[in-house]
Amino acid sequence: MEVFLQQLINGLTLGSIYGLIAIGYTMVFGIIGMVNFAHGDVFMLSAFIALILFIALQQFFGFDALAPSFVIVLFASMALTGLWNFVIERLAYRRLRGSFRLAPLISAIGMSIFLSNFVYVAQGPRNKSAPPMFSEVIKLTSGGAYDVTLSYKQILIVVVTAVLLAAFWFVVQKTPLGRAQRACEQDAKMAALLGVDVNRTIAATFVIGAALAAVAGVLYMLYYGVVNAADGFVPGVKAFTAAVLGGIGSIPGAVLGGLLIGLIETFWSAYFSADYKDVAAFSILAVTLIFMPTGLLGRPEVEKV
Amino acid sequence: MAPPQAPSPTLLRVERMSMRFGGLTAVDDLSFDVRRGDITALIGPNGAGKTTVFNCITGFYKPTSGRISMAPDGAIDSAALDALTRSGARGGEGLHLLERMPDHEIARDARVARTFQNIRLFAGMTALENLIVAQHRPLMRASAFSLAGLIGAPSYRAAEQAARDKARDWLDRIGLTARADDPAGALPYGDQRRLEIARAMCADPVLLCLDEPAAGLNPRESAELNALLRSIRDDGTSLLLIEHDMSVVMEISDHVVVLDYGRKIADGAPAEIRADPSVIAAYLGVPDEEVAAVEQEIGA
Repeated sequence: MEVFLQQLINGLTLGSIYGLIAIGYTMVFGIIGMVNFAHGDVFMLSAFIALILFIALQQFFGFDALAPSFVIVLFASMALTGLWNFVIERLAYRRLRGSFRLAPLISAIGMSIFLSNFVYVAQGPRNKSAPPMFSEVIKLTSGGAYDVTLSYKQILIVVVTAVLLAAFWFVVQKTPLGRAQRACEQDAKMAALLGVDVNRTIAATFVIGAALAAVAGVLYMLYYGVVNAADGFVPGVKAFTAAVLGGIGSIPGAVLGGLLIGLIETFWSAYFSADYKDVAAFSILAVTLIFMPTGLLGRPEVEKV
Repeated sequence: MAPPQAPSPTLLRVERMSMRFGGLTAVDDLSFDVRRGDITALIGPNGAGKTTVFNCITGFYKPTSGRISMAPDGAIDSAALDALTRSGARGGEGLHLLERMPDHEIARDARVARTFQNIRLFAGMTALENLIVAQHRPLMRASAFSLAGLIGAPSYRAAEQAARDKARDWLDRIGLTARADDPAGALPYGDQRRLEIARAMCADPVLLCLDEPAAGLNPRESAELNALLRSIRDDGTSLLLIEHDMSVVMEISDHVVVLDYGRKIADGAPAEIRADPSVIAAYLGVPDEEVAAVEQEIGA
């Protein structure tokens, strides 16, 4: 029971991070039908940006109040990562949009390789560690074979994720930008005829996706305490799995998929084998694609006749 | 104030426009004018190139050759038009060259809106949202690219409310108030047609292009549509429509342009068109049962 409860907490924390990344995949897929393979590396990049900002705040500006510096780092990383993705979209994807379907996909794979190698060269191959923060824990149960704990980090991760998802949902549902995004997703040509600037809407989608990935990056940096140039790949592919599981194109689906993948992975590690946790997560991808290609909340493609 | 007999100013001018797809010439050296305040009908047998003309005007296609000019606020002035053409610019001083503009600028700056033969509503969004999306531009400006929307600034709230009111007015006008929050894709066919027209009108066009608005409507819906189109014209938006239903064309249009095999074969008032032998001949090229129907409709 203690193990179950503990893994539930851990799984939801990890799942929040996956869910935040998965939204970027699902939004970009929804609006331009492209799997943005560089998204995992954008996430990794944001974790580095966050780490550098954090250390800079502490070392050079002598800013050591933890909570305010966390807020500053969070928003600055969102802005900078958004800017990065804006430039990436402009340089590597926009020109290929009218081209054959594989062209932007290959360009995205190239961008993924570029980003991970760029960080590798710029920051070195070793793990970079973050100073420990929010390391207090709350004991939920004690006296049993095992103490169930809830760390401040975990609370912070779930709360920040929930607040930013709510804000993001508001943007998509209630603002002109969100309406334009949904309109472009359904029929970009028609949206253009109604005066929507489709290119700008797509750029905004990339910026928002990157900002949410940056939230995940900051939280990841905080949670694990280390970041590495290779850290984009596996979380990126898992978040992609989450997006497919939830139904690619569906934003609630991405969050649900993220939570499920996080839970599956942690429970598998706890009850079966930690070595095979990635196998468990990726088996889900294969099974979903075979038996439920539209995912849990995806819309089935209806053939128009 | 112009004397009543003078023709109203030219809003849209198509000059020597051709559109070729490989070896196929869909539109061949077509010229016509659309005058402000008119309902202009573009008719012709199947495959005559009517929809291609629409696609060129609204930026879906770039015509192979020719010039399409639009004066949303005034009248087309030939001297200014030639100067603009030579300058190489897309537009300026109330005059736009549509063949040089990307589609969203045609909607935004030249203020041309259109509907489609096969309805293209945003099926997953509600009827109301479809009408609000069409007001994207003023809303985007009021909300500073949605940033003000996020913090709920009063200027944005006012703009949002205005957009919502305009959308509600149009829903009222097309009789869909009760279904405002239903997904557009779930509405009956006739309602979707009217909603698409309302959505185009919410983009605040000076020229509304309608591709077969009466297709698939029953006689009662067709009569309602005629009334709606007349009311739109009377409110100051000019209309250009493609229509197969000759009773609609003859009843509501002020000016008719007839195409056959991509060429213009007649251009004039409905009464002249009805009597034009080349128009009758063009329509005689269709199968027998349709000839009888067409003859009956045009009163030949």
